[in-house]
Amino acid sequence: MAEVSGRDAFVEFEHVQKSYDGISLVVKDLNLTMPKGEFLTMLGPSGSGKTTCLMMLAGFETATHGEIRLAGRPINQVPPHRRGIGMVFQNYALFPHMTVGENLAFPLEVRGIGKDEREVKIRRALDMVQMGGFVSRRPAQLSGGQQQRIALARALVFDPELVLMDEPLGALDKQLREHMQFEIKALHERLGVTVVYVTHDQGEALTMSDRVAVFNDGVIQQLDRPDELYERPKNSFVAQFIGENNKLSGTIEKLEGSRALVRLSTGEVIDATPVNVRETGQKTLVSIRPERVEFKPEMMPKDAHTIEAEVRELIYMGDILRARLKVAGSEDFVMKMRNTLNQTRLQPGQRIKVGWHPADARALDPV
Amino acid sequence: MADLTAAAPLTTADGRPLKEALARAQRRAKTRAFLLVAPLLLFVIVSFVIPIAQMLHRSVYHDGFSANAPAVSAWFAANPPGTPPDEAAFAALAEDFRAMKAAKTAGEAGTRVNYTLPESRSLFTKTARDADRLAPPYRDAFLAVDPKWADPEVWQAMRSSSSAYTSDFYLSATDFRHTADGGIERVEPRQRIYVYLYIKTFVLSGVITLLCLILAFPVAHLLATLPMAKANLLMILVLLPFWTSLLVRTTSWMVLLQGQGVVNETLLSLGLITDSGRLRLINNQTGTIIVMTHVLLPFMILPLYSVMRVIPPSYVRAARSLGASSWTAFRRVYLPLTLPGIGAGALLVFILAVGYYITPALVGGADGQLFSNMIQFHMSKSNWSLAAALSAMLLAGVLLLYWLYDRLIGIDNLKLG
Repeated sequence: MAEVSGRDAFVEFEHVQKSYDGISLVVKDLNLTMPKGEFLTMLGPSGSGKTTCLMMLAGFETATHGEIRLAGRPINQVPPHRRGIGMVFQNYALFPHMTVGENLAFPLEVRGIGKDEREVKIRRALDMVQMGGFVSRRPAQLSGGQQQRIALARALVFDPELVLMDEPLGALDKQLREHMQFEIKALHERLGVTVVYVTHDQGEALTMSDRVAVFNDGVIQQLDRPDELYERPKNSFVAQFIGENNKLSGTIEKLEGSRALVRLSTGEVIDATPVNVRETGQKTLVSIRPERVEFKPEMMPKDAHTIEAEVRELIYMGDILRARLKVAGSEDFVMKMRNTLNQTRLQPGQRIKVGWHPADARALDPV
Repeated sequence: MADLTAAAPLTTADGRPLKEALARAQRRAKTRAFLLVAPLLLFVIVSFVIPIAQMLHRSVYHDGFSANAPAVSAWFAANPPGTPPDEAAFAALAEDFRAMKAAKTAGEAGTRVNYTLPESRSLFTKTARDADRLAPPYRDAFLAVDPKWADPEVWQAMRSSSSAYTSDFYLSATDFRHTADGGIERVEPRQRIYVYLYIKTFVLSGVITLLCLILAFPVAHLLATLPMAKANLLMILVLLPFWTSLLVRTTSWMVLLQGQGVVNETLLSLGLITDSGRLRLINNQTGTIIVMTHVLLPFMILPLYSVMRVIPPSYVRAARSLGASSWTAFRRVYLPLTLPGIGAGALLVFILAVGYYITPALVGGADGQLFSNMIQFHMSKSNWSLAAALSAMLLAGVLLLYWLYDRLIGIDNLKLG
C-alpha cells in the first residue's frame, strides 16, 4: 500500500507520547496515518500500548505529548462525547438496565434525534446485525454473540465515520469468533466506515485488516498489509509474534545483494535473505516459516544449502502433518507438510535433510 | 420427546419414579444443610421471634385489673356498656377490694385503670386501705371513702380494664381515649403528642437519610475508583466511627457544636455571625440531625461502595463515546446502576434512624427527641403495654416502608454488600 499522504489522511497520530506515571513511556513517539475507510488493526501483546492508543483516540486518555487529528482537526482537547466516534468495548458494555432498543436509542436521544427517525435508524441497525426481533430484550437475556452484535449495532446506529473496537471478540468461543470476524469485515466493506481494531489475536488481525500495526514496548514495530507482515517481517519481534516461526541463530558469513550465507553456531551453513543485517561477521537470527521448510530435494532450488535433521515427533493434525525435528542442536524446529494422498510419511528417528528457498529464510536482528 | 414426557412420568432404570429417586438422593444433603443452620434458627426464634411476639401480645393484653378484680369484671361482662353501676356492682367491687387488700394487689389493679384514667391508682390504694370497713349498703360505703366512685368515667375506665385483651394502649398511642358513654374521641390538643412525634420521627429520618445519601455518594464513588491501597486507607477513615465509643463521639460533637464551641467560634472569628447570633447547633433538632447523620453515614457508604465497585468503568465510557455529556452519562447510566445500593443504603439508614434513641437522648434536647425516646420513657415507667403499643406502631411503619420499597424497586434489587 502506498504511503498515505497528509491530504487524504483521516486519522493521524503525530509524535504522540503517553506516560501514566511520569517515569516511563507507555507509548513512545507514535506516528500513524490512516486513510478514510481503512480497517486498521493494532496488534500486540498486553502492555504494548495498543489499548492506550485506542483510548487516546476515543478521548478517555490524554496524550502526554503530540497531536491526534481526526479529519484534519486536532482532537486532543475535544471531550469524548463530541468526537462522534463509535466504540465497541471488550465486554460489550451494553447498559444492563435498558432494553436492546433503549441501548440503541441512547446515542440518538442524546443527539436530539426525533422518535420517528430514531425508530427507523434502530430498525436498520438491528437488521444489519440480524437481530431485528430482539428490540425489547434485556442484554442479560442474550448470549455472548448476540450481545456482541447489539454492541456493534449500537456503535454504528448514529452513523459515525470512525469506529473503534477494543478486543470485541475476546469473550467469544472460537467458532463464534471466527464467524463474527467475517461479519465485522463484511459490515466494514458494506458501510465504508473507518475502523481501528485492537486485538492480541494475530489470526484475527491477519484475516480482517487492510493494514496491521504491530505494537511492542510502546513502539509500532511494523505497519503493513497482513501478507507483507506474515511473509516479510522486518524484525525478530514481528517474525515471532505473527504466526509460528523457526529460529536459527548464527553469524553472517557472506553477504551479496539479496542473498546471505549464515553460519550457524553448530557449524552448518544456510541460505537467507538479509533484512536488517548490514555486514559480514554480524550476529543474526534467521527465521523460517514451518510450512516453507522442505525435505524433498526436488522442491528446493538447485543450489540451496540443506541441513541435517532428525525427526523427533510427528503430530497428525488433520489438514497438515507437523514434524518436530532436531536441527542444528535445537530440538524444536518445526516442519509442516500438507496431508495429501501421496505425502511421504516420515517416522520418528528418521534422518532427513531439510532446506528452503532463500527468500523464505529471513536474516533478522539477533534477540 | 415432549409427547413422551407428557405421556408417562419418567422413571429411573429400576422403575422408581424419578422425582422420588431425586428426593431420596438429596435427602442427606438437605438434612445436613438444615442441621447446619439449626443453631442459628433456634437462636433467631428464641431471641427475636418470641420477644417480638411477646411484645405484640403485651400491647393488647394486660390482666392487672381483670385478674385481681374478678367479681366486678364478671358484672361488667354481664351488663352492657352504659349501664349505671347498681348495688350489685358495688357489692362485687367490695368483695374484690377485700380480696385485693388481703393479697396486696390493689396497686396493681389501680395501675391498670390508671393507664386509662390518670389518678385512679391513688383511689384504688386509698379504698383498699379501708376495705374492711366496707359494709352494705355498698354504694354509700364507697362514696363515703371517696366521692369519685360516683364518677361514670371511673366506671368506664374500670370497664375497659375489665377484659384482659384491650385496645386501650393503641388508643393512647394514637392520642385517642374512651369517653364515658363507651365511644372514642381524640384527647385534648395539648395532650396529642404521639402522632405528632411519630410523623416527626419519620420526617427527620427522611432528612437524615437524604443527607447521608448526598454525603455518601461522592465518598463511595471515590472509594470505588481509587487504587486499592488508597481505597483501603480511606475505608479505615469511613469505618472509624464504628470503632469509637458512642459517648466519645457525642462528646466531641458537643465540643464542636455548643454555643462556645469550635464551629461557633470559627464562624465568629470569620465575622459570619455576631456574638449574639451564635448558632444553636446542639441540644435541639439540628443537633439530632447532624450527629445522627454522622453516626449513620457508614451504613450508606458501604452498600453504595459495594455496588459501585462492580460497575465496570466501560459503561460510562460507552455512554460518553455514544455522545453523552458527563452529566448525561451519570444521570442515564451510572445513577440507575447504583440504584440497588442507594435503595439498600437508604432503607438501612432510614430504619436505623427511625428506631434510634441514644443519640437524640444525648444531643436532642427537648425538641430533638424521637419516637423511640418515648418508648424508652414508658419502659422506664414500667408501662410496658403502652411502650409495646408504641413499638408495634414503629414496627408497622417500618414494615409498610419495606413493602413500599418492594413494590417500587423490588427487594431482590437490594444489595447490602
